[in-house]
Amino acid sequence: MRYKLILDVKRGDFDAAGEASRKIKDILQQLGVSSKVIRKVSIAGYEGEMNLAIHSLGGKIILEVGEEELSLTIKDIGPGIDNLDLAMTAGWSTADDKVRQMGFGAGMGLFNMNKHADNFLITSKIGAGTKIVMKFSLE
Amino acid sequence: MKLSLVRDLLDAVVLSGENHLEEEIYFAFGCDLMSDVLCFAREDAILLTGLVNKQVLNTVDMANMNSIIFVRNKMPSQEMIEMAKERNLLIMATRHILFESCGILYQHGMKGASQI
Ligand SMILES: Nc1ncnc2c1ncn2[C@@H]1O[C@H](COP(=O)(O)OP(=O)(O)OP(=O)(O)O)[C@@H](O)[C@H]1O
Ligand SMILES: [Mg+2]
Repeated sequence: MRYKLILDVKRGDFDAAGEASRKIKDILQQLGVSSKVIRKVSIAGYEGEMNLAIHSLGGKIILEVGEEELSLTIKDIGPGIDNLDLAMTAGWSTADDKVRQMGFGAGMGLFNMNKHADNFLITSKIGAGTKIVMKFSLE
Repeated sequence: MKLSLVRDLLDAVVLSGENHLEEEIYFAFGCDLMSDVLCFAREDAILLTGLVNKQVLNTVDMANMNSIIFVRNKMPSQEMIEMAKERNLLIMATRHILFESCGILYQHGMKGASQI
């Protein structure tokens, strides 16, 4: 392992949302990761961070950089997702008007994370929380 | 076209990132939904939007884009301008509405930036 970082994301803190992703982008730039990979990680991480702030009770983003790949784990303490197939469907969202007015709630986030990650795994349990593990090859 | 021409065509004021004005841009994306930008916009495009908040800057920054045009006379806060400067993002504001702004640029050869 070349690098590991754990960042907290608070529930409902729309003002601070995005800071964790910015930090991750900074670190990947310092580590000399290619801009193509940084873009994919940044987009997927930022969608995950916004989901934590908007939909979860709070959570963490864990960045682990290895020699050949890096992983981004996004996990929260609840409330969990009832129907994962539905949640993954582009356009499906439970976001309210306040979230829409901020430019989110199109129902594209999980779809987009899956699109940008080389490997995407999501597990969720009502009452326990949601965990997403994304892997990105460093080429 | 050069970003300085974009500024002139839209009669816009530049609020940060003047250093980008001589860069050539060929593509644009106009929308208020940040997830659509993150999903479909290419990184060498400018974003035109009527949404003004910090998440617009984060979105453009995370997508490796570097220029934003706020339409319909919407002015970003001083805090947003400082944040844009820190991240070296160009932001400008125009009185034109989104439809007109896109139309003016399209008429002058700017292309849509979807990468579906
Ligand atoms: N961490 C989470 N905890 C609980 N529910 C979640 C979580 N992430 C996503 N969801 C649920 O899955 C739905 C789809 O998520 P997705 O990120 O695809 O879209 P969105 O956040 O609603 O809109 P967008 O991402 O386009 O702004 C959400 O509306 C929400 O109901
Ligand atoms: Mg989302």
